[in-house]
Amino acid sequence: MKRFSVITLLISLVWACTSDNAVSDEPAEVSFERGPMLVNWADNIIKPSYESFSENLTTLVNSFETFRADTNVSNLISYRDSWVEAYMSWQTVAMFEIGPAESVDFRFSMNTYPTNTDNINSHLASGEYDLSLSSNRSSKGFPALDYLINGLGDTDDEIVAKYTSTDKEELMMYSEDVLNDMVLLTTQVLDGWNSGYRTTFVENDGSSATASVDRFVNDYIFYFEKFLRAGKMGIPLGVFSGSPLPENVEAFYKADISKDLFLKGLQASQDFFNGKHFSSTVKGESLASYLVNLDTSEDREDLSNVINSQFDKSRELVVALDNFKIEIENNNPATNMLLAYDEVQRLVPLLKTDMVSAMSIGIDFVDADGD
Amino acid sequence: MTYRNSYISNPIEAAPLAVFRVLFGVLMFISIARFWSYGWIDKLYLQPQYFFSYYGFEWVKPMGEFTYLIFLLCGLSTLFIAVGFKYRIAIITFFISFTYIELMDKTTYLNHYYFISALSFLMIFLPANVYFSVDAHRNTKLSFKYVPAWTINSIKLFIILVYFYAGLAKLNSDWLLKALPLKIWLPSKFDIPVLGHFLSLEWVQFSFSWIGVGYDLAIPFLLLYKKTRNFAFVLVVIFHILTRVLFPIGMFPYIMIVSTLIFFDVKIHNNIISIFRKIIRVAKPKFNNEETYAFSNQFLAQLKYVIVGFFFVFQILFPFRYLLYPGELFWTEEGYRFSWRVMLVEKSGYAQFKIVDRESSRWFYVDNTDFLTPFQEKQMAFQPDFILEYAHYLKEHFESQGHKNIGVFVDSQVTLNGRLSTTFVNPKIDLTQEKESFEHKKWIIPFQDEIKGF
Repeated sequence: MKRFSVITLLISLVWACTSDNAVSDEPAEVSFERGPMLVNWADNIIKPSYESFSENLTTLVNSFETFRADTNVSNLISYRDSWVEAYMSWQTVAMFEIGPAESVDFRFSMNTYPTNTDNINSHLASGEYDLSLSSNRSSKGFPALDYLINGLGDTDDEIVAKYTSTDKEELMMYSEDVLNDMVLLTTQVLDGWNSGYRTTFVENDGSSATASVDRFVNDYIFYFEKFLRAGKMGIPLGVFSGSPLPENVEAFYKADISKDLFLKGLQASQDFFNGKHFSSTVKGESLASYLVNLDTSEDREDLSNVINSQFDKSRELVVALDNFKIEIENNNPATNMLLAYDEVQRLVPLLKTDMVSAMSIGIDFVDADGD
Repeated sequence: MTYRNSYISNPIEAAPLAVFRVLFGVLMFISIARFWSYGWIDKLYLQPQYFFSYYGFEWVKPMGEFTYLIFLLCGLSTLFIAVGFKYRIAIITFFISFTYIELMDKTTYLNHYYFISALSFLMIFLPANVYFSVDAHRNTKLSFKYVPAWTINSIKLFIILVYFYAGLAKLNSDWLLKALPLKIWLPSKFDIPVLGHFLSLEWVQFSFSWIGVGYDLAIPFLLLYKKTRNFAFVLVVIFHILTRVLFPIGMFPYIMIVSTLIFFDVKIHNNIISIFRKIIRVAKPKFNNEETYAFSNQFLAQLKYVIVGFFFVFQILFPFRYLLYPGELFWTEEGYRFSWRVMLVEKSGYAQFKIVDRESSRWFYVDNTDFLTPFQEKQMAFQPDFILEYAHYLKEHFESQGHKNIGVFVDSQVTLNGRLSTTFVNPKIDLTQEKESFEHKKWIIPFQDEIKGF
């Protein structure tokens, strides 16, 4: 009996080894390699996006310096334009909250809104503040600049008047400190990617809960659900509170760009899904091509199409809207925006349930046994 | 009659039962220690603010810091079981504390936890301490070399049932004809050395599916039949080690490997006991007194037979209760648990709850992360009884905040074995008007596809 089992074991081992040789060069066409997808993400999407954002931020700082040197309406307008451009550019990097961005708390530091004007005013008055404190996350970044550039008066003349009043020094100083903080953090993040994190990210190409793909997909969905869907639309619409909160729209003081900021973020999310290289039409390995490759059932090949058409449909409805603040303030209930929100919402289960299930990626790090 | 006797009342050597007791105690001790050391007591039973209850067991809840005491009690009882000291009290303590732990939150339900609960219940009625135990050592009146055959056969029968039912459940069109869900799970294990390379190949996925179902159905008989037993054990070891490598299933593979030892001859168990003896340095075999264990009290003996009989009738029938429900079992999960349906579905869901205040007709969505841990949210989103229970909890919560006359609706999407997600619960149904019961939940939207088989 013992001999029999030993023989069987040997036979199965031999069988296992021979089949190993027979098919070892085949799997390449069948299996999807996560490594190249990570390379595509890092080299063609994440790093170029950060670089471009960093350049926009430099332009913003320069515009501010010009405005500071020669404080007039025309320079305020070009300072504001640079701010809008940088804010739009921010939407293409906001979802990459992993590695260096995560460790400097990038997203909350750059874009926590509504901004805390009481806090900003008291900082202006006292001149004593430390922007690196997490309690100051809502007193800096783009929303603080929104207040400083657009919220200090009703007209550009009124705003310029503030910057030429007795408060001039404090305002200029605070603006400079906010900008410096943003530049510092962005430099840290970009340096992090250039000096080693890229390698760490790309080489962690396994399939555990801590592997890059699993972690990043979770981060990506988290961004989509909490920051794009809820932050930019759901919360101002009041879908989580029961009553509209128009003061919670992104860029509240500028007011007419909140929709554009959302659309930019939506486009960036879709481009990332499709692995589209930054500011190019070339597509590389992506979540979409991964889904096509998995092809686990008759339906599965369609999933990437289903997700893309849902992205398109969401965009279509949002594009047709007025600016978010107007939609919310002028309509009660804001029916059109709610309908658009519903379409954006439909992407969440597609990404969080269908896509993640197909890729066998755990949602969040649930550390427990299964059976 | 002799046939009956040879399986039930004939005396057989008690060594296998003693070995089983020792190894069970040791493995359970490791399980509890492992659970504790990973910080799971805190994470699963202290941190959450809400716990999902089994129908009828709503009174079983974690007790804050005292939850550690339950685990301590449970862990201590395993040591008493292993050495066979105050065995009856120890196994009852273990059964109650372990089952209590499992009932605290059904989020953590696993078939193998249920297996442990059920097995420890059965062991209450078995004289597992009459041989190679402190009890028998201290009191020779409790020491016996032989026990009635049924006491060992009942464990075998239970293991056979578990394997066979797990195999039956896999006889369905998704598993056999589509290699699902292995087709989804295996490719994601591409980074396992050597094997990982092949897991995305379709023929490998089909082979794993078919070999898996063949293994579950055949292994009970291969273990029973003397001539194939050694071979079967080799298979058991390979199979469970493989599942351990591929899936995060904790202690279960080791528990099954050790459990199947019960099928072996007494000779092997005597060898194991002499190894134990060497380890603990007890030289003299004091237990071979040639006595047969007999139940002292005739009434209690009869009662035992009745209880164990009921246990098996229950175990045989309960997994088939799903036949009483309409709809696809994998979709509705009505009658899914406690039926040895292991690794059968890749299921995932998304549930967004809408609270409607009927008086002011205001409404808002719930952020589930305000109430549930990520693990609880994940489990809740595709199981109807969780969804209903959570809806009632939300109603209570928001009514205590001053909202009145609240309705709770859910927008839910579920994907099963790679099918595109579809609506799971009727979004027009106010869940606060629905009650939990053993009846079919009519508000589940029927499965849009068909899965044939068990």
